[in-house]
Amino acid sequence: MQKKYNGKINPRNAVYTAVAVVLAMLPAFLNPYWVDVLNSIGIYAILALSLNIIVGHAGLFNLGHAAFYAIGAYTAAIINTRFGVPVLWLLPLCALTAGLFALIVARPIIHLRGDYLCIVTIGVGEIVRIALINNVFGMTGGANGIFGIDRPSVFGYTVRSPYQFFYLIWAFAGLTIFLFHLLEYSRFGRALNYLREDEVAAEGSGINTAHYKLACFVVGAAWAGMVGNIYAAKMTIISPESYSFWESVLMFTIVILGGSGSIPGVLLGAFLIIGLPEIFREFANARMLIFGAAMVVMMIFRTQGILPSRPRSYKLSKLRAGEGSP
Amino acid sequence: MEQFFQQLTNGLAVGAIYALIALGYTMVYGVLKLINFAHGDLFTIGAYLGLTLLTSLALTEHIGPVWGVSVLAVMVMGLVALIGALLDRLAYRPLRESPRLSAVVSALGASIFFQNTVMLIYGARFQVYPQNILPKTAINIFGLYVPLIRILILLASIVMMGALYFFIQKTKVGTAIRAAAIDQGAARLMGIDVNRVILMVFLLGPAMGGVAGLMVGLYYGQINFTMGWVYGLKAFTAAILGGIGNIPGAMVGGILLGVIEAMGAAYLSIAWKDAIAFCVLILILIFRPTGLLGERVAEKV
Repeated sequence: MQKKYNGKINPRNAVYTAVAVVLAMLPAFLNPYWVDVLNSIGIYAILALSLNIIVGHAGLFNLGHAAFYAIGAYTAAIINTRFGVPVLWLLPLCALTAGLFALIVARPIIHLRGDYLCIVTIGVGEIVRIALINNVFGMTGGANGIFGIDRPSVFGYTVRSPYQFFYLIWAFAGLTIFLFHLLEYSRFGRALNYLREDEVAAEGSGINTAHYKLACFVVGAAWAGMVGNIYAAKMTIISPESYSFWESVLMFTIVILGGSGSIPGVLLGAFLIIGLPEIFREFANARMLIFGAAMVVMMIFRTQGILPSRPRSYKLSKLRAGEGSP
Repeated sequence: MEQFFQQLTNGLAVGAIYALIALGYTMVYGVLKLINFAHGDLFTIGAYLGLTLLTSLALTEHIGPVWGVSVLAVMVMGLVALIGALLDRLAYRPLRESPRLSAVVSALGASIFFQNTVMLIYGARFQVYPQNILPKTAINIFGLYVPLIRILILLASIVMMGALYFFIQKTKVGTAIRAAAIDQGAARLMGIDVNRVILMVFLLGPAMGGVAGLMVGLYYGQINFTMGWVYGLKAFTAAILGGIGNIPGAMVGGILLGVIEAMGAAYLSIAWKDAIAFCVLILILIFRPTGLLGERVAEKV
């Protein structure tokens, strides 16, 4: 999206602002149950946005994102329950552990071709889940998980009700959207898109592809780790089942169906995939069936997703010499 | 010694099942360069269809256990092959010209679709196979007892894999499959109908996978709608272990993986049993991506 300096309102921006305002006012009209649904949507939206960096922008198929989410959540849970450090203070640490784990894991496998990477990330996700169940290092509490995680507190106020969590989660989502929007239009984002479109050409143009692939994995994983922290604080109890392969598939589906590489698309995807089954509760059992069929149909008729990312455009008049090159 | 021998025969039986599933992955990969994620679910469908046919037709009561199970296996093979061909026609064929990753997403979607279809039809709980289908005898080999079913699974798999190998190597259609796997464009120029070759692959692979499902049902006695993807992943690991796209490789890889897993579960840790295959997968892809007897997989320029 281009910045407008001429005072005119971009209709697209007007729609986004309207949606944001409506969303911010929604809790006033909803009962706690529905606010909690919105919270789930928010959590998945942030997770899917973080996965979007890897899948959407760089085109690397990662079906083990739940592993990074799990590592963030367990870092928060373990440090909080053992040492009593307030949960939200642990956000940077969660990002660090998840990112570091991604770095260690992705380093040797990052050169694999698309579908192989996909299989290996599934394997990594499963190994992490099995490790959590087997109470690795005696710290993860086995199949029961960890309970008694503190509620988060913001400036001395303890966040407790779904309404309070709504603003915490969606504030974080807003921050994520803002930062990832900047990232998308940065040199980094352009490099990722280039290597998604044509890796050989990108390498030929002086983009260190291995470095960028690794960097986007680490950024996506670190962000998922922070979501893990918020999730742990919201639930106060976490267990390995919350980080199964199907969580990864859910995030992946959100990105692909919504529109990979597009922030509005991913947000819409989160609303559709997490929100719709709540509205049509009687069909809740069939929801994954419908998503599966939708994925096939989507790939055949609309590969780019519901709200695809728009091609980058630069007005010639706004380019200075040298600007716009990657 | 006793434990080692039991684990070895168990590993061989499970490995033979992995090998049968792996054949489907490796053949599809050979021809289409696509990981057919839905293959594991075709295996599940085979297991469930086997159960339904077994209980509704009661074949084994009419014509004896051996013939009953054989006829059942043929029926399962036919039905699952049909579903496989349908899967190709609906989910993969429209995507032949699209980027490869679109087909991967389509395959994932098909996998989710199949899995949930099975869940909606049969329910989410474990389903139990009737216990008295095959005689529960053990055979004495050099003073050590091996359950009959392990030997039957191993023998049946070896026969089927041998037949498939013969078919691929010696017949005209098999030659066409091999040609299409090497170079689709050139095969087309030589007058091979590549779409028919692909159809053939989607009949053969799922037939083998479906029978593997029936075997798991008979061996373990219980089946679940999610088992397809664990078996699928392990079979895919087996295919990579042997060298993807390589049919003898899939057989060797499957049996090797079965034995490694059984030994790992027995001598290392039973709790980490499912992680062993994934560790093998990662190690193989890092250190020998070509597999034991196979083609190159790392990014080529």
